[in-house]
Amino acid sequence: MNTRMSARMSTRMSTRAPRRSVRARRARSAVMITLTVVAALLATLPLIFILALLLTQGASSLNWAFFTAMPRPVGESGGGMANALAGTVMLITIASALGLPVGIGAGMYLAEHRGGRLASVVRFLSDVLNGLPSIVVGIFAWQFLVRPVHRFSALAGGIALAVMMIPLVTRTTEEMIRLVPDALREAALALGYPRWRTSLTVVLRTALPGIVTGALVAVARIAGETAPLLFTAFGNQFWSTSLTQPISALPLQIFSYAISPYDEWHALAWAGALVLLALVLVISLVAKFATRSRFGSAND
Amino acid sequence: MTTTHTGAVAVEHYSFWYGPKQALFDITLDLAPQTITALIGPSGCGKSTFLRSINRMHDLLPGTRSTGRILLDGDDVLAPSLDVVHLRQRVGMVFQRSNPFPKSIYDNVAYGPRLNRSPSRTETDEVVEQALRRAALWDEVKDRLRESAMGLSGGQQQRLCIARALANEPDVLLLDEPCSALDPIATQHIEELLWELKKDLTIVIVTHNLQQAGRVSDHTAFFYLGQLVEHGPTEQLFTAPREERTEAYITGRFG
Repeated sequence: MNTRMSARMSTRMSTRAPRRSVRARRARSAVMITLTVVAALLATLPLIFILALLLTQGASSLNWAFFTAMPRPVGESGGGMANALAGTVMLITIASALGLPVGIGAGMYLAEHRGGRLASVVRFLSDVLNGLPSIVVGIFAWQFLVRPVHRFSALAGGIALAVMMIPLVTRTTEEMIRLVPDALREAALALGYPRWRTSLTVVLRTALPGIVTGALVAVARIAGETAPLLFTAFGNQFWSTSLTQPISALPLQIFSYAISPYDEWHALAWAGALVLLALVLVISLVAKFATRSRFGSAND
Repeated sequence: MTTTHTGAVAVEHYSFWYGPKQALFDITLDLAPQTITALIGPSGCGKSTFLRSINRMHDLLPGTRSTGRILLDGDDVLAPSLDVVHLRQRVGMVFQRSNPFPKSIYDNVAYGPRLNRSPSRTETDEVVEQALRRAALWDEVKDRLRESAMGLSGGQQQRLCIARALANEPDVLLLDEPCSALDPIATQHIEELLWELKKDLTIVIVTHNLQQAGRVSDHTAFFYLGQLVEHGPTEQLFTAPREERTEAYITGRFG
């Protein structure tokens, strides 16, 4: 039947016409595929470039001393960023201690009261806060935490970072909790579990891998933040673990070294940038693996 | 189990509303201990609404209200002063789709008993084993109690959910279309299990499967448009229904 039909069609139109249109379609498809592949490569190219650049520029200054030694005065060679590393760890700890409970709590509220008026207001404000430029958060923290006490402090820096973290954690927590099937809630309620314990044990427990991932992504994001720290943590050339004193942080140290006129400091800044990137990479990887829960789903 | 069989449910003039929409109209029905009552009727006729009223699963839905009484061994289930936690421990529930927690088989069954107290390890072991045995699942899972419940088959998951409910030692067991997602063999397992369980429980089962209702239940209640049309011994309801609508439904003329 097909041959008969094509035979009949060939009397009216050239037999090559349909074949050419197939060829044109294949060509168009190939072009589009190529374009999207190029776009995909371009999207990841910056990271590869940055990594290559940091490795060539920074790896040579990266040694044990970088992690353990304090910064040396100008002119002296060597030295490291031990204080900045400790500062970053401390700032992340403060921010997480303040931001995670608030963010996760707010996310739980939004998920469990999805229709409520307050919930929709909070959700909207959270999205606005999420899009807020980080420098604005820095100014805000300076106005309310630094200016009244006339002192830069680790605490102010940590709070500024927590403010950056909260909306991110809130929204991911909400999304993850919403993914928990209602059937699980009902199962716990039907066993006599009160609502709050159902939320806490079943719902939160089931959503936990996702929430952990969200928290780690938020940590990775604030780890490299510089702007909110400029007028809050401020930076410190010395070792400090005091909450009420200015404290150094990797991004701040990189910033001040990078704009300095000294080659040795430039090299350290490159190394610092490499460490910062590695830190963010590691956190992202951990976040990726944290989602693979033991009892996640049947097809795990 | 205690040998004094309790779990008598008496429903008196019970009506229920979802917001402005009335879902149940003046239901009066007795559910006797050691029997299985099947609730049948077309979709949306109020069977599940009725079932969920008995352990107050509607509590969390805003805008619902009810009138009438539901008595469990003489206690008014609907009284605001009633402890819902205690009620739901006395009235277990199994849902249409098996819903094990994403935890181990053991932890699923131990979940209920761990609510109010922290039983010792040996005590929990015993409760878990007993519940799994009663749910006819023990032999299949005894060697992998620590594995995820999500790895069980659909029928096993549903029996696990029954075991989980049984671990609370309830007097009443509510089942909301427990076999609708199961194959015939798994369904048969559950039905045989219900026969065993009714020795110490009041069982209420919602089903769309009339053959199932006929096979498994002692009493059958036919719901239609929120009303209890007819209620009686299963054999009588299926062979000599009093109501025209009942006959029309069970002979497949509508529904």
